[in-house]
Amino acid sequence: MAATLLLHVEGQPAGVAGQRVEIRLTAEDGYTADREYSLARTGEADRAEITVQAIDGGEVSPFLVEDIEVGVELEARGPIGGWFVWRPDQTEPVTLIAGGSGVVPLMAMIRARRAAGSKVPFRLIYSVRSREEMFYRAELRQPDPGVDVTVVHTREAPEGSPRPAGRITVADVNSGGWPPDFAPSCYVCGPTGFVESVADMLVALGHDPHRVRTERFGPTG
Amino acid sequence: MGIVTRGFRGRRGGGDVTLPPGQYLETGFPVLSAGPTPQIAPAAWAFEITTESGQEHRWSWAELQALPREDITVDIHCVTKWSKLGTRWTGVSLDVLLSGIDTSASYALVHSYGGYTTNLPLADLRQGQAWVAYGYDGRPLRPEHGGPARLLVPHLYFWKSAKWVQRLELLTEDRLGFWERAGYHAYGDPWREQRYAGD
Repeated sequence: MAATLLLHVEGQPAGVAGQRVEIRLTAEDGYTADREYSLARTGEADRAEITVQAIDGGEVSPFLVEDIEVGVELEARGPIGGWFVWRPDQTEPVTLIAGGSGVVPLMAMIRARRAAGSKVPFRLIYSVRSREEMFYRAELRQPDPGVDVTVVHTREAPEGSPRPAGRITVADVNSGGWPPDFAPSCYVCGPTGFVESVADMLVALGHDPHRVRTERFGPTG
Repeated sequence: MGIVTRGFRGRRGGGDVTLPPGQYLETGFPVLSAGPTPQIAPAAWAFEITTESGQEHRWSWAELQALPREDITVDIHCVTKWSKLGTRWTGVSLDVLLSGIDTSASYALVHSYGGYTTNLPLADLRQGQAWVAYGYDGRPLRPEHGGPARLLVPHLYFWKSAKWVQRLELLTEDRLGFWERAGYHAYGDPWREQRYAGD
């Protein structure tokens, strides 16, 4: 299960798409837990929007997704991160590749493109287990002009889908993203194993490794 | 104490373990890198130290393997908040690699295969505080964790332990590395919680 939280913040800059905020939760006895979450939307001075996936047995994410009530106070710091970002003055084509909740900072980039009126062509490849687990479904079903969206289902493909369910392949990356000749900036975000294999595919397809930016989360075990 | 978040209890994990401020205990081994993992064959691998006067010292993979090795068990602390305790590494101490190198440099800029850089004071690489590590948990270090070899400087946040280490550039003045230019702290002491520039 996942939820989008809107945080009203004081004195926080609006942020660049791809950046994160740090959330600090403090219990009554002073115990604290800190986590970082990608901003799902940037550019609004008084609010931070994050989408959080509840991790089974997690300490913070189930609280944020299931338990927290409207009006509760928490601490937020940021935005942080200056590498995995897309700025509206970038002019090259953009390939975004998301695994699961890794779509969050990439959605922030699509939204920043829209807010800036940018005409830069975007392609998003979004790997999800099933249709039900897709974030931002309505928004991605009718993407902005100039934004192509390819959804890769890994466990269960929707009825009538030409592609059987299965892990993302080099063919998915090749057909859903921009060719290396276009020298796109590629942003890959997801669980470690996903990012490792997709980044390897991009390099094998001929993309310049310096144009491939990655953000990984979760343990490798 | 900061703002109390109503309803949050948290999980008091870790028992009597003392972690640096703001860190949580991780049992897996997360990966954090800015880009794709470079695939470097040991035969094509070499490690270099260049001094401020332009002297170059170079070790091939075989030459590094022939140097005295140490087994190191240390706690590691990532700036993204996880700490992992008792990690077991095998590698060559920087004391061995720096011995016999004539330098009056105070800083080092570490260069990696793939172009990553990170900076730290040279003193932090001496006196049993840093290694070029090529083994993890009794096995060769895997590429996503920095194999064939990475720097290991466990008393600083783990981004200072550059993966795919290629070269130490010894400098008389500090020069910021990749994450440091992107807003992370120039030194990065986890016990003083030096995560970002200005901390």
